[in-house]
Amino acid sequence: MKPAPLIVGAGPAGIRAAATLVRAGLRPVVVDEAPAPGGQIYRQPLVPDGRSPEARYGSEAGKAQRLHAEFAGLLNRIDYRPETLVWNLGQGAADLMHAEKTTRLAYDGLLLAAGATDRILPFPGWTTSGVFTLGGAQIALKAQGVSIGERVVFAGSGPLLYLVAWQYLTAGVRVAGVLECAPFSAKFNLVQGFFHEPRTVLLGLRYAAALRMAGVPMRFGASDLAVAGETRVTGIGWQEGRRKYHLACDAIGFALGLKPETQLADLAGCAFAFSPRDCAHLPTRDGAGRSSVAGTYIAGDGAGIMGADAAERAGERAALALIEDRALPFDAARAILLEKQLATMSRFRDAMAKAFPFPEDWSIADETLICRCEEIAAGEARAAIRQFGSTEINRLKAVSRLGMGRCQGRVCGAGIAEILAEESGQSLAAVGRLRGQAPVKPVPLTLLDTLPEAAE
Amino acid sequence: MSARFDVAIIGGGLVGTSAALSLARSGRSVVLLDKGFCGAQASGVNYGGVRRQGRPPEQLPLAQRAHGIWPELARLIGIDGEFIRSGHLKLARDEADMATLEAYAARVAEFGLDLELIGRNSLAERFGWVNSSLCGASFCAGDGHANPRLVASGFAIAARRTGVDVREKTAVTGFLRLAEGFSLETETGATFSVRYLVNAAGAWADTFAALAGEPVPLTRIYPSMIVTEPVAPLMSVNIGMEGGGIYARQAPHGSCIIGGERGAVLENPDFSRPTGEGARTIMNRTAEIFPALKHAQAIRFWSGTEGAMPDRNPVLGLSSTMPGLIHAFGFTGAGFQLAPGVGEVIADLVRMGETNTAIDAFSIDRFFAPTTKTARIPYGSGAGLLPQPEKTGVPS
Amino acid sequence: MSLFKRLIRMDQPPIGFFLDGKAVEGRAGDTVLTAILTNADAVRASDVSKNPRAGFCQMGACQDCWVTLENGERLRACTTLLTAGLRVVTGRAA
Repeated sequence: MKPAPLIVGAGPAGIRAAATLVRAGLRPVVVDEAPAPGGQIYRQPLVPDGRSPEARYGSEAGKAQRLHAEFAGLLNRIDYRPETLVWNLGQGAADLMHAEKTTRLAYDGLLLAAGATDRILPFPGWTTSGVFTLGGAQIALKAQGVSIGERVVFAGSGPLLYLVAWQYLTAGVRVAGVLECAPFSAKFNLVQGFFHEPRTVLLGLRYAAALRMAGVPMRFGASDLAVAGETRVTGIGWQEGRRKYHLACDAIGFALGLKPETQLADLAGCAFAFSPRDCAHLPTRDGAGRSSVAGTYIAGDGAGIMGADAAERAGERAALALIEDRALPFDAARAILLEKQLATMSRFRDAMAKAFPFPEDWSIADETLICRCEEIAAGEARAAIRQFGSTEINRLKAVSRLGMGRCQGRVCGAGIAEILAEESGQSLAAVGRLRGQAPVKPVPLTLLDTLPEAAE
Repeated sequence: MSARFDVAIIGGGLVGTSAALSLARSGRSVVLLDKGFCGAQASGVNYGGVRRQGRPPEQLPLAQRAHGIWPELARLIGIDGEFIRSGHLKLARDEADMATLEAYAARVAEFGLDLELIGRNSLAERFGWVNSSLCGASFCAGDGHANPRLVASGFAIAARRTGVDVREKTAVTGFLRLAEGFSLETETGATFSVRYLVNAAGAWADTFAALAGEPVPLTRIYPSMIVTEPVAPLMSVNIGMEGGGIYARQAPHGSCIIGGERGAVLENPDFSRPTGEGARTIMNRTAEIFPALKHAQAIRFWSGTEGAMPDRNPVLGLSSTMPGLIHAFGFTGAGFQLAPGVGEVIADLVRMGETNTAIDAFSIDRFFAPTTKTARIPYGSGAGLLPQPEKTGVPS
Repeated sequence: MSLFKRLIRMDQPPIGFFLDGKAVEGRAGDTVLTAILTNADAVRASDVSKNPRAGFCQMGACQDCWVTLENGERLRACTTLLTAGLRVVTGRAA
């Protein structure tokens, strides 16, 4: 008997993919690190906390409920493995860790829906206690019902900046300021975005308006962010042009958009190419989500940032491709419709990338830590680049330990690429990407095989 | 129009770069050609052991020559490569292992390794972080470990600084023996005309040996390693184990690096990756042998591609078919420590046509004319007579 | 001093645990990260500079919130459910 297809991730893309495969008569294995389905965007609390879906998910409550319900309906028709990490992939099988035990699972068809994390560039004090990613700040509120501080500044760029600030405001937290690193003029690109997704743009404008109404200082073109505070955050400084500003706060949420989680695609052997829109090397795929490796499909933000609505469609589309490639009957008309919708969403994403551009001239001082795991400062990175004539990011990693820590370069990768590109006079595309290495996340040395007697 | 050099070296690993550096320092013009990046293969991704203990006797003269160079790295290449003369402790699981270590110590006594045999009680007393169930060990105080990524890159940079024309991403596609020297062709279209040619192409060297009419039975092995998150200082020495199984060291920043299994080769045989099962085996062994690490996490695995010869000795010396061609490859399990010495030997061979270091055992024609050749090997091949360095094919 | 401010789940049953030997409380449904940071302003000292760290991404990606228990065990605070009696050492007993 053929092994089942494996779906990694139970966010919007993974859930829709699972539902699609089940409809085709398949029984996929769905592996997810979280204890409950939904991904980061529709993340559920660890215990019921009395909040309504509307209170938790805001405008997206309907979608969250629908996906949670859809997944609940699949449970006896899939092999669902929550709280399980795919820590290694290779030779048609995945190594899965659950509760410090591992098992090797052969699959026929791999659908990666691994999602994204916040994209970070370093600034002075970014490792201080009280600085979190925007996503982290949102999870604290959404899943744990806590605020990251009592007087919070949100900084960076991307739609999440305004959404999280608004969510905090609505939850009764004092939002001390919203510092957008992109210039205000970039926002005119929202006009173009409005044509493709008016609802999304209107929601964003509503958040911004509510923040303004509440008297939250909203600044644009903020550069040279710097955290004040020795052992914990006491404030944040920034510049607008040559003018310097400062706000007192006890916590900061920061991110510059999102960054796909591509480690598993890398271990699966997928080809990558530089995406100017995402300013990152991404696994290549066709319109259906097929990677360069036969039988491996990629969907959702893990393949390139498109948002949750697109992730649902991409998950379904990739699942249809898997079904088609198995020579099972599949709904070709549906596939065409989904690709059409995804194309429109991609044009919206083009506009959003312009409205919230990745900063082109993010200056990183020599003293600023670039790698928070190994605590390596930008100056050390530059010295290594000069000393060893580094031009490629993995070679730089080899001589500097940048990207070698527990996070495997997830957090520092974008910053390392910036510094290497700048120092070696190359483009971000040319410096390459940190290759994914197993284990995808730390695993205990005492990791046990689930079936020790079956081990060779 | 071919660029002219005294010497062309194929392969930017430690062997190639240290030879290039040595030759450039003595005034030779050198071009060094690597198909990828210098030090990106076995030289840069090996375990990092700087170890003489456990080598077959015929490798020890070369190992001793290299031994003298390691403490001089800072002067030679500008960085110390995190070289630490920590000592190398080879553990014995049982009495039989201990007997093997004792026999080895007796056999290599003449080479000046100053091996110290350590019994069970003394092991527990001096190395309390090693599982107390072990039977004993042999300690070589003069051995140590270093960071291969830095050392390999450091030699390449030093070679370049000393005037070597280092050409990365320049694969050699062929060479021809001419009346005077060689002409080389590369993938980039650049051609070279040189007096001497050094084949230091590691796991890819068999192709070039075959071009010289010297096909060799080189095979590839893929040692696999894991690294832990940084932990408090624990391993004061470089660890090996009689009969293989594990080798371990702690880097200055705190991570422990542990090897012992083989990776799985990928579709492209130039690449390999640790298997989940292999990595887990190393991890579990680590937690067992070093109880203080039982709560530590593994944060990275890797494997590399090494070229190995069937008798576990390298090929080092003059070509048997082409004057001016020098082979230096197949150093699996030995290359890292030996490489700085090998570079010097290659430079000797270019400069004088011979070397004072005993390398007869490594001659390439041992694979073509075994019956006439064995008589001239000073210490025998070692195979079958002595314990193998490590059964699992330890990279240094 | 705490870093996080609890907004809801105030009436969930308290769960006792220990922070650097001191008895403190979290709430049912807390991650270890939430439980620590509603009582303190750091979860660990960084590896090299020993500066205070309080996690960063809260989604199991950045690996910044690995904490140590008194018995030497390790756990990632942001993805681990708080259980009664955990004895966490932040290494920041100040």
